[in-house]
Amino acid sequence: MPEAFDSSSTYVVAPDLRVAVNAALHLERPLLVKGEPGTGKTELAREIAASQGLPLIAWHVKSTTKAQQGLYEYDAVARLRDSQLGDERVHDIGNYIRRGKLWEAFTSDGGAVLLIDEVDKADIEFPNDLLLELDRMEFQVYETGELVKARRRPHVIITSNDEKDLPDAFLRRCFFHYIAFPDRETMVEIVDRHHPGLERRLLEEALETFYGLRELRGLKKRPSTSELLDWLRVLTREEDAVERLRRARDGRDAPPLVGALLKNERDTRLLDGSRPRR
Amino acid sequence: MFLDFFADLRAEGIPVSPKEYLTLLAALSAGLHELDVDSFYRLARCSLVKSERHYDRFDRVFARRYRDLAATTAALAGEVPAEWLEELTRLALDPERLRSLEDDGRSLAELLETFRRRLAEQEGRHEGGSKWIGTAGRSPFGHGGFAPGGIRVGGRGGARRAAKVWERREFRNLDGEVELDTRNFKVALRRLRNLVREGRAEEFDLDGTIAGTARRGGLLDLVYRPERKNRVHMVMLLDVGGSMDAHVEICERLFSAARAEIAGLEHYYFHNSPYETLWRDLRRRPGDELATVDLLARLRPDHRLVLVGDAAMNPYELLEVGGSIEHMNAESGETWLTRILAAVGGAVWLNPEPPERWTWTASTRMIQSLMAGRMFELTLDGLDRALRELMRRGGAPSGS
Repeated sequence: MPEAFDSSSTYVVAPDLRVAVNAALHLERPLLVKGEPGTGKTELAREIAASQGLPLIAWHVKSTTKAQQGLYEYDAVARLRDSQLGDERVHDIGNYIRRGKLWEAFTSDGGAVLLIDEVDKADIEFPNDLLLELDRMEFQVYETGELVKARRRPHVIITSNDEKDLPDAFLRRCFFHYIAFPDRETMVEIVDRHHPGLERRLLEEALETFYGLRELRGLKKRPSTSELLDWLRVLTREEDAVERLRRARDGRDAPPLVGALLKNERDTRLLDGSRPRR
Repeated sequence: MFLDFFADLRAEGIPVSPKEYLTLLAALSAGLHELDVDSFYRLARCSLVKSERHYDRFDRVFARRYRDLAATTAALAGEVPAEWLEELTRLALDPERLRSLEDDGRSLAELLETFRRRLAEQEGRHEGGSKWIGTAGRSPFGHGGFAPGGIRVGGRGGARRAAKVWERREFRNLDGEVELDTRNFKVALRRLRNLVREGRAEEFDLDGTIAGTARRGGLLDLVYRPERKNRVHMVMLLDVGGSMDAHVEICERLFSAARAEIAGLEHYYFHNSPYETLWRDLRRRPGDELATVDLLARLRPDHRLVLVGDAAMNPYELLEVGGSIEHMNAESGETWLTRILAAVGGAVWLNPEPPERWTWTASTRMIQSLMAGRMFELTLDGLDRALRELMRRGGAPSGS
């Protein structure tokens, strides 16, 4: 029976996310998580692993990643070299099978949490190629005839940035949760976990500016939670930060240290342009 | 158990399958939810809905189906402990039990009303009503207060939030039916990427070489393959001015997304209908013109054409020689449009007006038929369907 998953000292879990995670854990189905960048999708897998007391096995998917690489790879080049050098190992093909992340997760003692990060980065067929393996939690190594079967079904967390549509057959097997950008209330909670005892007035002002910035139209990259946390960290070291934030809100100045929030020049100029002229 | 709800979701266009329905039932029987509406809502959503674009539609269906229930629980929020409402929820969520209740000659609304009245009485009789609410164990209603299938109340105290998640409609902006920001357009436009290996085999294929060499027992087998190229060329023709002024913003968003996503995008402007001249610039100044014949000469079957406009004009602007409101055109708009359509391998028309209105305007109906029905609404869903159509039509080469 998996442990119930809930907020921890560093991670705030919204009720709907909690329900989704627990459902996926209990029914042993993959959980697909989508959401804006910076809403803690990858972090979620780490937290789940910690809550279950299981190791996290992370498979970061790139555009060149193939499904097969998650199972195993056959290193033909090494074998070829060994054969030419007359190495004895060459007679056992098993010496040249490299285990992939799925294999690792299947054979991990006591289970594991398997994170398949940014699944949409890979080829459009990638998720389909993994369907059978994730369903049955087993696969065959053709070169050796070995059957790799999960001793305990790993908990599978999959994240996507929505760059490509995922195939329906794949979606049907997953629980799905979309992490919305945290509202103010939740954000205060999150900030409290990271900066306990932050001055309330500063937090209020900073959040006002932060959410205002996110509303700015035409922004190339909207600041996310991690940027807010960084910004708050530097703001606490500033003198009269509250006063400067307040002045910025009236449009008299740019917000202090806004470079921590807006990461490109175009956005900074956009902000300057949006301020009322004196 | 929730088949009606399931059918409603499908009717709204949320692609739920029996597999997902069974998942929900499995989750329910595993006792995963706390039997209040909120957690039922959450559990149902994460098992049935697989895209945030459908969240809002799900919320609407949910709200419609469970309105009575939600209204009551909200009205009672804070007055009674959440657990007291559990049984009520269970009842309302289960059509079978609801039916047996109705067979008894009582409707759910009636039952809820009685429940509320009884509650008010109780409060009246007990001064400082909060006291009896806090009482642990059995409530004044006791078990089976309303038989059969009545409301059974009792349990621990607990606070409850008043505003229902699905009523807040937080995901409205994510719905595929509403127009969206540039990013979503971009995601949709990625469908147009059609990478194929084309031309001479001159890229070294490492994996192929290794596999080939291993197969031949160590004798080197060099394998080459053609380079991957996106072979989609897109031409976009945008209607500007007049009735299109109202849609400038959405067209801009579509355009900027298309520009970012499609390397070989060409775009030109026209007013109401394309004639012998197109413009390179939005302002359609002299000197910016491009003769339509010059464009036609360059178009090949792997070009895809996207026309953006409301297709609303006077029919003679489309049909008559000299029908243009701006100049004396020697050939009708219809003629030119037909020529352009014939020159490309696939074309769609994106219309920023809602489809209900298309039949109102004669010219829209005409263009719709010229396009052989390939007119789509300029929303995310419409764009998605339009692009599917485009990729299907040009006989997208298979294999890569």
